[in-house]
Amino acid sequence: MVPLARLLLLLPLLFLALFYVWPLLSILVLGLAPDGTLATGQLRQLLSPWHLNTLAFTVVQALLSTALTIALALPAAWVCVRWSFPGRSLLLSLSTLAFVLPTVVVAAAFSALIGSRGVVNDLLQQILALDTAPLRLEGTLAIILITHVFYNFAVALRIITGFWANRSTVLEDAARVLGAQGWRLWWEIRLPLLRPALLAAAALIFIFTFTSFGVIIILGELRFSTLEVEIYLQAVNLFNLPVAAGLSLLQITLMLVLMLAYTRLRQRLPLALRAAHAPRPQGWRQWAAVSAVSGFMLVLLAAPLLALVLRSLSGAGGLTGAWYAALSRDVRGSVLFVPPVHAVGNSLFYAFCTTGMALVLGLLAASLMQRRSRRWLDPLFMLPLATSAVTLGFGFIVALDEPPLDLRASPLLIPIAHTLVALPFVVRSILPSLDAISPSLRESASVLGAAPWQVWRQIDLPLVSRGLLVGAIFAFTISMGEFGASLFIARPANATIPVVIYRLLGQPGTMNMGQAMAMSVILLLTCSLGFIVIERVQRAGSGAF
Amino acid sequence: MRIAMTIALLLALLTSVSAQETVVTLVTHDSFAIGEDVLAEFTEATGIQVEILQSGDAGEVLNKAILSRGNPLGDVLFGVDNSFLSRALANDIFLPYESPLLEHVPEQFQLDDQFRVTPIDYGDVCLNYDVAWFDEQELALPESLSDLAAPEYRGLLVVENPATSSPGLSFMLATIGVFGTEGEETWLDFWRQLVENEVRVVSGWELAYWGEFSHSGGEYPLVVSYASSPPAEVFFMEETPERAPTGAIVADQTCFRQIEFAGILDGSEQVEAAQQLIDFMLDTRFQEDIPLQMFVFPVNEEAELPDVFVEYAEIAEVPAVVSPEDIDSMRDTWIQAWTETVLRGG
Repeated sequence: MVPLARLLLLLPLLFLALFYVWPLLSILVLGLAPDGTLATGQLRQLLSPWHLNTLAFTVVQALLSTALTIALALPAAWVCVRWSFPGRSLLLSLSTLAFVLPTVVVAAAFSALIGSRGVVNDLLQQILALDTAPLRLEGTLAIILITHVFYNFAVALRIITGFWANRSTVLEDAARVLGAQGWRLWWEIRLPLLRPALLAAAALIFIFTFTSFGVIIILGELRFSTLEVEIYLQAVNLFNLPVAAGLSLLQITLMLVLMLAYTRLRQRLPLALRAAHAPRPQGWRQWAAVSAVSGFMLVLLAAPLLALVLRSLSGAGGLTGAWYAALSRDVRGSVLFVPPVHAVGNSLFYAFCTTGMALVLGLLAASLMQRRSRRWLDPLFMLPLATSAVTLGFGFIVALDEPPLDLRASPLLIPIAHTLVALPFVVRSILPSLDAISPSLRESASVLGAAPWQVWRQIDLPLVSRGLLVGAIFAFTISMGEFGASLFIARPANATIPVVIYRLLGQPGTMNMGQAMAMSVILLLTCSLGFIVIERVQRAGSGAF
Repeated sequence: MRIAMTIALLLALLTSVSAQETVVTLVTHDSFAIGEDVLAEFTEATGIQVEILQSGDAGEVLNKAILSRGNPLGDVLFGVDNSFLSRALANDIFLPYESPLLEHVPEQFQLDDQFRVTPIDYGDVCLNYDVAWFDEQELALPESLSDLAAPEYRGLLVVENPATSSPGLSFMLATIGVFGTEGEETWLDFWRQLVENEVRVVSGWELAYWGEFSHSGGEYPLVVSYASSPPAEVFFMEETPERAPTGAIVADQTCFRQIEFAGILDGSEQVEAAQQLIDFMLDTRFQEDIPLQMFVFPVNEEAELPDVFVEYAEIAEVPAVVSPEDIDSMRDTWIQAWTETVLRGG
């Protein structure tokens, strides 16, 4: 390879070193050894029974959430890959929309739906003629798991379908001819073939739910606690940096071990890839399967979103568009007032910056990992996702404080933080497809005289383009929803949609609540629009190959 | 390496602000707001531009200021309240400045005799009630905190978790101020009675007020909020009602007073301009804008309240008191004891 290409490949490493490793190390060192020696006195608190309980709960809920999400998403993915039916891409988009909503808004939607005065309880009460609401989910493990499934369903669905749609059906057809049927087909053919995608999705969801924060605080009502929540409470409320740093280190180490194990489990599966044609369902059994799965997805994913839309449109006197109209009215002449158009513009700007950066860096990083000797890099790129957002936010303050890198108060830090979180998704989305490219394909191309970049352009890129699409959609969504450390970053005046939602919800007055719901619907719409644009670009791009 | 240099250069170019005029950066929390024309007047009068940098909730803002001590993110920090005051002073992040305008500020708000922080506004955290609900049930309002443990108020109150919510912490402090930590009946005994009386606990003000308060469609007609919430309710209504839909209970020893301070960050290169900004924040123009922007009260006695506040807002005459030193040294212990008692049934 030419030196320039080599340098290019180092770009993701440089990015990670500068904006992740360095800030993290700075804050950990400062936290663990504020005066140059280890703060052993405070660190002893780490082993308290309360922290051990927290650790146990963190692991258990993450395992349950992951298993539940995968189990529910698998049939959905199968139906989406196997058949083409009306509304298929709508369902896929719907599932991803869940991902973008701030937890406060999801909590509002869920309480309108399954809260003690929600629609479901009202119905049950009428049907069963009860005096009190039968479903009491507030502050239970059940509501935590339901919300985790709601949020992460898209991760499983997108990654599995993105991978599955590319698989050849040769093996499955052969097995069928040889008499395999029903569960044997699943157990011996489909699931083993899907293993890379299943593992990739499970790894992401496990990390995601392991570090769950808003859901635990808001819907779990702090009856339970995760390490991430504990780190936040220690760092922000108590300013106990030694314990916060110790817990962060524990969390990162655990995740690193897990990721290393996962990398070992991952294997190359060089099988011919072919975009299989998906037929229409035939016969009542196939239609029934499709309807059942779509129906389930609609209930899980669309009902809360619908509840939100309804709330944004209902006032004291029935249906009204007043909340939407009020968004552009600045009743108080505040210097920080942001008209919705600007908030949408700011969000889109950051989101497209993030998508661009994450795709370029992610593609380079995934290519970098193609050599077996560089496999250890993979867990490294996953780590930002496993790092407590408040720890990293404080790390930025401590590390990036000198010119030319005094980025602490720079708007640039926002897309950078989003990219850190989006990178693992892009890498995860691309790697399974990249792994599946048979080396002989590349070798043949080289033998036929293709230069390395031509091989990459003509062989690798077209084959990972579906994975790239999935990665792009996640990067975009992560940025739109302001995931992770960015909420802990100092913000100049350019507020995004989620920031505006938080501000509206922070003040009393019915009008503010209505406007927050309206803004959430605008967030959903903007995000859907983004999906359409990204899918168009990908289709245009892959058509040109 | 060359790539790194180029990136660094580019970033530096992008982030540098033109150094033509004096710019003062005000570091503050996410709930900060002020009128655009008010700030414009300041710039017109002094030639100083104000840049606002919002950086999380009050705790996060303070912690970041401590972490960047000596090389601060801005020049003035606004938003340290009395529950965080000791932490701020102990970490020595502020330069002393005694504003001449402090003569209009009552003694009770001036908590630092070295003038490292200047009080700007205050607000009372207290019980809010749903007016329509209490009318309909013909139930008298509670008049003290102990009333809340009485059978007629069973299952009526929603509060916020002090570990994650600022009004939640204030309400817990009010109970500590009233019942004390020692003696026959401590604050924890009171909380046990509240649990017995089916108090509902949620993590934040948003969920309590929007989700559980009966005025917004929930089940609980009593909620821990601010004394300024009723005027805010009226202000954010489309038509001005005859009566406010919610009310605040400001009986003696039921509220906790939050005072918010501003200070000049040590390491600021614009100390003089920063002092001018502090003066401006204490002046009537800014002070009179505070109520409708942030829904708290001005500390300057000369500032006049807007009509909606005069009409619908009440101020607690005798709030419960806990000293900033005790809050800072005991916060952890108290929150843990509260969590054990209330959430985990200890």
